[in-house]
This record gives sequence, structure tokens and C-alpha cells, in this order.
Amino acid sequence: MNEINIITGRMNHLIDPHLTIWGWEIPVYLFLGGLTAGILLITALTIYLGKEREFPHAAGRLSFIAPIALSVGMGALFLDIEYKLHVFRFYTAFKITSPMSWGSWILLLVYPLSLILILGRIKISCPKLYEKLNGRGDRLIAFSEKHLHLASAITIFVATTLGIYTGILLSSLGARPFWNASILGPIFLISGLSTALALNVILAQEKHEIHFFSKYDLFMILAEIVTVLLFVISLSSGPQISQESVKLILGGDMTAIFWVFFMGFGLVAPLILEILELKGMKISKYIAPALVLFGGLLFRFIMVEAGQLTGYIGY
Amino acid sequence: MSNFNRRDFIKISSAATVSASVGLNTLANSPTVAKIVGDLAEPGASSRTPTYCEICFWQCAGWVVKDKDGRPWKIVGNEEDQHSLGRMCTRGSGGLGAYLDPDRLKKPLIRSEERGKQVFREASWEEAFNYIAKKMEAIATQYGPDRVCLFSHGCGGPFFKTLINAYGSENVAAPSYAQCRGPRQEAFGLTFGADLGSPENTDIKNAKCLVLMGSHLGENLHNTQVQEFGQAIEAGCTIITVDPRFSVAAGKSKYWLPIKPSTDLALVLSWIHCLIEEEIYNKDYVKKYTIGFEKLKAEVASYTPEWAYSITSIKPEIIRQTAREMAQAAPAVIVHPSRHVAWYGDDTQRMRGIAILNALLGGWGHRGGFYQLQKAGVPECSAPLAKKAKNNWRGQLDGKYPLASMPPANFLCDKTVEGYYKGWFVYGTNLSQCLPEPQKTEEAISKLDLLVVIDTMPAEITGWADVVLPECTYLERFDELRDKPGRRRQIALRAPAFEPLYDSKPAWWIAKNLAITMGIGAAFPWANIEELLNDQLAKLGTSMEEMKKVGVKNLGEEGALCVEDGLELHFKTKSGKIELYSQTLEDLGFDPIPKYTAHETPPDGYYRLIYGRTPTHTFGRTINNPILNQVQAENDLWVHPTVAKRWNLQNGQYVKVKNQAGVASLPIRVRITERIRNDALYMAHGFGHTDKRLSRAHLKGANDTALIDKVKVDPIMGATGFRGTFVTFDEV
Amino acid sequence: MTAKQKHKYAMVIDTRKCVGCGNCVVGCKMENRVPEGLHRDWVVEEVHGTYPNISVELRSERCNHCINPPCVYACPTGASHVKSGQNITLVDRDKCTGCKACIAACPYDVRFIMPEGYVGKCTFCDHRVEQGLDPACVSVCPTHCMHFGDLNNPLSKVSKLLASRKYKLLAPEAGTGPQLYFLL
Repeated sequence: MNEINIITGRMNHLIDPHLTIWGWEIPVYLFLGGLTAGILLITALTIYLGKEREFPHAAGRLSFIAPIALSVGMGALFLDIEYKLHVFRFYTAFKITSPMSWGSWILLLVYPLSLILILGRIKISCPKLYEKLNGRGDRLIAFSEKHLHLASAITIFVATTLGIYTGILLSSLGARPFWNASILGPIFLISGLSTALALNVILAQEKHEIHFFSKYDLFMILAEIVTVLLFVISLSSGPQISQESVKLILGGDMTAIFWVFFMGFGLVAPLILEILELKGMKISKYIAPALVLFGGLLFRFIMVEAGQLTGYIGY
Repeated sequence: MSNFNRRDFIKISSAATVSASVGLNTLANSPTVAKIVGDLAEPGASSRTPTYCEICFWQCAGWVVKDKDGRPWKIVGNEEDQHSLGRMCTRGSGGLGAYLDPDRLKKPLIRSEERGKQVFREASWEEAFNYIAKKMEAIATQYGPDRVCLFSHGCGGPFFKTLINAYGSENVAAPSYAQCRGPRQEAFGLTFGADLGSPENTDIKNAKCLVLMGSHLGENLHNTQVQEFGQAIEAGCTIITVDPRFSVAAGKSKYWLPIKPSTDLALVLSWIHCLIEEEIYNKDYVKKYTIGFEKLKAEVASYTPEWAYSITSIKPEIIRQTAREMAQAAPAVIVHPSRHVAWYGDDTQRMRGIAILNALLGGWGHRGGFYQLQKAGVPECSAPLAKKAKNNWRGQLDGKYPLASMPPANFLCDKTVEGYYKGWFVYGTNLSQCLPEPQKTEEAISKLDLLVVIDTMPAEITGWADVVLPECTYLERFDELRDKPGRRRQIALRAPAFEPLYDSKPAWWIAKNLAITMGIGAAFPWANIEELLNDQLAKLGTSMEEMKKVGVKNLGEEGALCVEDGLELHFKTKSGKIELYSQTLEDLGFDPIPKYTAHETPPDGYYRLIYGRTPTHTFGRTINNPILNQVQAENDLWVHPTVAKRWNLQNGQYVKVKNQAGVASLPIRVRITERIRNDALYMAHGFGHTDKRLSRAHLKGANDTALIDKVKVDPIMGATGFRGTFVTFDEV
Repeated sequence: MTAKQKHKYAMVIDTRKCVGCGNCVVGCKMENRVPEGLHRDWVVEEVHGTYPNISVELRSERCNHCINPPCVYACPTGASHVKSGQNITLVDRDKCTGCKACIAACPYDVRFIMPEGYVGKCTFCDHRVEQGLDPACVSVCPTHCMHFGDLNNPLSKVSKLLASRKYKLLAPEAGTGPQLYFLL
């Protein structure tokens, strides 16, 4: 029998007995950040590809959610920051090695871009709101309309970066073996896109738009299943420390929540439901996308928690 | 008679003691009493004050350092000091915690009754002194002054000794005698005619072989010895550790002998047998300095390693091999006399065995063995006894414990239960946690007319007091000069680094002013302690001014430490030789050479309770220290995996253990470990405080002493055996 | 870390001499006024084997002041930084947001949040090293099992110890270039 203990009573807050530095705030932030990335990507692509008429909700009202979701997410992030007075310090430096630094600057770009996407189509997407503005902001709206195409192109790039960043934020922290997989960037992007597609399915009115986005979400779910499996395989075939860490979901404490709740209810169930729906079975249009959103949130909770449970030092 | 028919335990918090407390993180900015800026080696320091530590009895000298804003900062070792060797230990480094502890005793307290409930009320010093003086007078008138006892541990003790001596009592006990190192003191006295001293005269740094038996050096943080232990490890010293537990020292040892508990004497006798049988003992030394060798040889003839194996579970070849290792290293070999040796009731004999083993190896007086202690000799300055005691404790012994050189604390306690002793002064010792069978201590207390407790901290014992007198900590007072024998003739000064917090006072002030109130003030023929110190320092050829600068001073004119340096060995025994055979013991009817006697072993389902030290704490006295408590707040119960399996225990769960009398411990956290035998359980001593006022220590861990039962008393000198206790798990 | 630093400070700790007394922890607490309940250093006990064939290793641990410090790389504001010309890793409390990325990035779990919200950690007692003194933990160790010095100086005690004794590093596979060396 081997024993390993700290014998001088270390019980550092948030560190011992295992890392608990990130609670609900960071998963919520990563979820909303990913959702925002997905929304902007959908809206920007729709506009860029000129499909506004076909998918009016995706090109229009969906984008209103982006800055709101992002703000709530950043609110959660702010709650997590321990030295709130110093939050401005994110913007007095740019550190090329730090994804956290990258992220904070990307977030700054997202606001003006999403504003342009919203205002550029506000007359069509929300005529009543436009009337209420009563001429205020006309210059800004005119500017947005003028540069909408360019903005959507930039947004495609920025939103993709944002989506990937939410995963890289974790995968760059090599000290936590469970996060130490570069595929997390693509997974988080796919997952963010999938949740945004699902959200549009829930909110869109036009039947063909719902149908189209359901179909695409199906592909995204499939892609997510494949990439998540690749993630598990890459940890399982990695160095010993990675193999140890993946045991957490392969027989360890988080096995059930990962495979049953996330994989099962969050990915496989909506996949099946949407296939059945495509085959013409009558199912409420809300169930599958709601499960996708639930799965996306749960995935981030699982990832943030699991990473903190793994490490190089077991005491 | 006491005002109270029945004395209730009072939690000190029931007194209205809401005084300003010093927050740990604010570290109060108190005015400097002795602002002495010496050669500050510490960057960022503004002053340093010399002290010697009172967190344990080792009394390492160091400096109390304040930062550039004058705030208390740290305590560091004094480079010149032969105890600290320039480095404090864990506890000494955390010494500021004693000063900063917000749970300290703050004002004198007197037991009184309010609305049918016994409480402590705060009192002035004058009122407290008057109260005590009146009671003391009543005891003296009704029974005689010899009915008062002092139990003491720590530097202020001698002042209270002077006080009760002057009052007319010689009953001065210290649990450090009969509950701790008394048996080895008498055994080495009988054998070598000398005391080992404290710190002991072990020349560990030069030893080629070190045998630890009951000493878990490293876990007991006896600073000098631990430092020399490090040197010995580095120098490749052969270390042999005998312990039922894989102690830290065992991990540094070439040989770990996981002995069956209670059989140590069998191993010692067998080692003696091997040395003699193989004729590898130090023949010249034995011939030149000892008497009784032939009798010893005859006596141990039957103690073969094979015989010992059946008793100790140590294999014969290991016994022989380790005996040869010792012989090979001789005379640079130490079979460490250890410290807390009150185990089984035959402890003087076991320690005699160890003394004899050392004698056969010839370490006493040789480099790498036991060096010749050098004493500074600070002149005595207290007045002679005002009254000579009519009766002293020895007269009450009725011939029991003939070799006790101090009254066993447990004996005074027993006589108090009988109703003989009527007043107790308890200074710096939590009797409830250091005497075995605390129920008996409580019974004794219930018979007292007066119990005065002087301490810096509340503890279980203060809850039973009639009067509680708050002493200031060692960092807030002068004390007598440290005058401990060692390799050098050295003295150390303790000067106050801070003004006393609250209404606390130094022991000398308390004793002197109480004496004045009692009309025996002449016992303290000095106005204040600085006058006493100035006088003593002048006689030693130095001054307060110099001592405040240096903290520690070597007086020079040392004699040789060992034969290699020209020491001539003399032994102050009756025969003038090392007594392998003790006529003194023979004459008193005891075995002149130790004989092995078997001790009871635990019945099925029970385990021998063994206990020991943790390097972070001194007994129970530091558990509440706000700095040290952060390093260790509670103790663990060490359980062998097979025992854990039998009782279905999980690592980290809390269990209670109970002794055969059914007394159960507080819940203690289980540590499942291979580091302990499967017939014993281990916990560190000092935890499991029940006094609520110790806010950090309260109910943290378990108290081993509360479980100690079936105490066997050493007939030679009265030590209480603590290791006959068997415990089992209580409702897992 | 690209350019070679002038000083490569390291701690060399003799596990054979360490008795696990914890004075390094208390010495650090006092020296650096580490707030109650937080620890910049600690002692680890590792037990191997089965009774009666057991070994115990004791290690005084703290920040490894890595040559390749992931905590510094993870910091978005530059609060976590390496002292110029050395490998001592420090936190500038005025720049720290308490985002905790550095805590997650450290494979040794040596960082923590101070009560004010910024990140605290071992500084190798930079303030003492500047004065040519040993860090507090080293200076108080009763067994003298801890050594501090510059590995870029081949004549330093630490260099000589590493040249003459077997040693191990903690989690070297994490690839951070840790600078606590444990003599075996």
C-alpha cells in the first residue's frame, strides 16, 4: 500500500483537497460565449451568403440574442474574477501566450460587429423597434447597412475564433491533463454552433427555416459526437498522465454524467429525435433543440469540473 | 473549607471577558519595551530583542524581530546559542502565536456563584491576592502549611517554589518527573552517578552508531538533537530504531526493529547478552570504570537472542547483527535514553538496562557518546526559607518509592483524594491532560480548599480553579537567566519584546506580590526582576546592556567534554564506579540487575494505545496557537490496513476508541497506514481539548491521556506507566 | 524562455535528512506574513511498501520557479512574470485580476488567492535573495536539509550537490523545467 499526504495542514482555499477555482460561472460563460459565437456565425453566414429572405430569423432577430448572451456570460466571468477592481487590467496588456488575453480582446470586437449585424437589418427584422427609435441612430444604422456585407465577413472570422477560443482556454492549460487536447477548440466551436442552430430552431417561425436548421443541427450533432469520441480516444492513447485523467469518464466518478447525461441525453437523443422528425414522425419541435442546449451547457460544466479534478500532483 | 461544596467545571467564556483582542493578521503595533537595535542581519527589521523560547522546555535562545513599522514579525535563532544553534524549531518559530492568541487569559478570575451557577468573575490583582492569602492562612491554621502543593512546568515555576517554600511547604512536583523522564534520571543516576541533563548530554553529531528506543527524534523536535541527528545522517551514522511504529527516525535508519510493544527490556537484556557472549563489549572501559560485571554476565546468560525473539518478535540474527553494529562503533555509540519513559511501571529497571548497555559500550565520557556537561552556575539570589517545612512529602510516602528525588505528581494527587493535601498551585501545566486517569485528578480537585492556576492560556485545569491568574507570555517578560548545562558554560537572557497584553503579569511579579500579601515578601529580596538580573549578571562579569546586545554569552573556562579531549572520568555513585550491579537497589529490595518481566498483552479486538509527539506542538499547550494550529489542527489515529479491514474503516473517517473501562475518546480521524504494527494504535499526544475557550483546539482530535487506565506505578521512584492501555473501536 | 538567464536559482532538498518538522512552513508564514489558512510551502510524506518493509520520503515543496513557467504564459495581464535575468516567478499584485488562469496552469498547485483577491505564491524570498540571504524556509530548517543557490555557478553548493548525489524532480514530464531538486 502506498500513501501520499501533505502533512503540514495545507488546506488552501479553492486549491485543496482538489482544485475548485472555477465554479458555475466559467461553464456558463463558456456556454454563452460559444452560443454567441454560434449565433454570430449563423447570422453572418446567412447575410454573407445572401440567404436573408430564406432564413429571416437567422439573419435577423437571432442576432439580437448575441450581445445579450455575451453580456450575461461576461457578467458571469466578472463574478468569477477575484480582484474585481483590477478587471481593467485585461485591457492594459496583450499577452500573446495567454488565450485569456486573446479572449478578452476578441470579446471587445464582438460587440461592435454584432451591433452592425443587428442595426444593418433592423428595418426588416424589427420594423416596430425601428419605428420606436424614431430617427435616433439613423447614421449608425445607415453605416451598418452600408458595411453589412464586410462586417458579416469579418464576423465569420471573429465568431469562429471566439468559438474556438472557448475551448483553447481550457486546452492551453497543460497542467490539467483532462483539458490537454487541442481538439477541444473545434469541439467547443461545433458545440457552440450546434446550440445556436438549436436556438434558432426553437425561435424561428418559418417552417422551412426550422426544417433547414434542424437538418444542419443534425450534422453538427454528428460532428460533435465524432469529435468528442476523438477527444476521448486521444486522451486514452496519450501519455500516461492523459490515460489516468480520462479514467474519470471511463469508469471514474464522472462516467455516468458524461455518457448518460451528456452523450445520451445531450447528443444521441436529439440526434435520434431529429432523424425521426426528418422521417416525418410528429414530435414537438422544441424537444430536440432543448436537449441540445442542455447538452451544450452540461458539456461545459463537465469539462470545467473534470479538468480541475485531474493534475500532475495527486495531493 | 471551600465556599463551594462541589466545584463545577467553569468554561472561562462564562466570565464577562470581552477585552480587546489582537487579531492575527493585524499584528498589533505595541510599543517596544526593550528597543535594542543590534547588528540586524534581517533585512526589513527595525529591532530585535533577545529571548529564550518557552514553547517547550528546550529553551532555545533567539531573537524577537520587529519589522520596519515596529510590528511583531518573527522569532529567529541566536547563532551563538548552543541549544538552537542559530535555528529555532517549528514551535519556536511560531512562538509569536502565543502572544497573539486572542483566547489568552486576560484578567484575574475568581470563582463565585451567581444565580445558583458557578462562574468566574473578573477581579483585580489585589482582590485575587487577598482571596488566596486568606485561604492560605486558613489552610496553614487548620492543617499546617505543608498541606499545600505546587505543580509546575516552565520558567516561572521557581518563583512559585520560592513562594510555597517560604509559606512552609516543600511539596513541589512536576509532571515532567514521574510522568516523563523520572525513571531515566534515577536509572542513570544509579548507574553513572550523574544526570543526563536537559538538553541531554548526547554527542549525537559525533556518534557512529545511534540507537533510538522510545525516542522518535524528528517527531519530538528537541532542537539541538534534531540538528545533530541531521549531521549524523549526513556523516553516515548507523541508526538503529526500535519502535512498533515506523517513525520518521525509522525511515532514516539502517535497522528498524518493529518490536512488540512492552517487550523492550527483553531486547536490551539480549543485546547485553550478545555483547558479553561474543566478548565484543568495551573491555578496557568495563574493567577500568565499572563494578559488577561478573554478576551481570551471570544474570544475562539466559537472555539469548532466541529467547528474546519469542518475546519481542525481533529475529535473533537481527539482534546479534545490531549488537555487533553497536560494538563496532564503540565507544562512539549512544543508546539514547529517550525522554518520556514512564511506560509500564518497571521503567527504572528498563532504563537501568539501557544505562548498562551504554556502559558496556563505553560511550559515557567518550566522543560520540555522552559528553561531560558544563554548567554556567548563575549565583542563587533568593532568600533562605522563611520557615522550614515541618513535614514534607517524603514523610507521607510511608517507605514507598524510596528513590523518588521529587514528589511524584500522581502521588500528591492520590494523597489529595485521601483528603490530606488541601491547596494546590498549578503553574504552566494542564494537569487534566498530563496526569493519567483524569477522573482521579478531578476527584482530587473536588477535595481541595484552594486551587490556584497560573497560566497564559485557558485549559481544562483552569476550569476547575478557584482563582485563575493570567501570566503574560515569555515574549512580554524578563525571567531568570537560562543556566542549562551543555557543551559550553553559557547563559541566555529573556527580555520582553512587548508590553504585557491585557491585565497579564509575569510570574515573578505574581509570586512576589502574592508573597507580600501573605506577609512573606522577604522571600523575594529584590524590588523587581531586573534588579535580580543586574545583580547576577554583575557577578558573572557581564551586564544587562551587554546581554541585550548578545542574548547569549559564553562564560568560558570550560572543562574537557570527553576522554579524547583529556577528560578524566569520575562517577558520583556510591562505589565511585559505573554500577552495573546496584547495591543500592539490592539494599532496598529491588533487582540489582534488571530482570525481564512480561507485561499484559491486549485481548482479541483490543490494541495497545501508543502515543507520541508531533513536531508542530508541545504537549497540549500549543494546539490553540494560531500559527501552529494552521500546520496541524488535529491528530490522526494510525491503523494498520488489516485492522482497518477487520473494523471496516475507511481512510479519513472519524471514529471513537474506548479503553477497557469503557472510557471513549472524542472522534478522531483514521489514517490507514503500513507504518504501524497490527497490534497497536497510535495517536499524537496533546489534542482533544474540551475547553470551549480554546476556540481553535476545542474538540479537535482525541486526547490519549483521557484513555489511559490500568496505570502501573514504578515501585522504585513512583512513575506512572502510560502504556498499559488497550483500546478498541467504539461503535464504528 | 529563450535567452539564457544570468541566474538559475534552485533549491536542493535532501530527503534523507528531512524529518518533516514543518519549520519551513512556519518560517515562511512568519517571514512573508502569509495569511491565516494559506500556505506557500508544505511538506509531503510519501510511504511505500508493506509492513515491515517500508520507506518514507519527506519533501518540503513549494513553487518550482520553472524555467518554462506555464503560469506566466497563461497570465492575461502580465501580473505573473519572471524576474528579469532570473527564473524567480513573481506576481505583481497591482496587475493581477484574480482570473485564476495561472492557478489552473500550474502543475504543482502552488498558487492560491490572497484574501484581497490577487494571487499569492512562493517568491523564493526574493527580498532576502536580493540581500544575498537564503530564503526563510532554508534559513530555519533545523536539519539543514535544504540548500538554495545558483545553478549557473558551478561552484555553488547546490551545483556540487547535484553533481554528487542522485536526485529527482517533481513531475518533470509536465515539461516546465522545475527548479526544486530532491536528493535521494
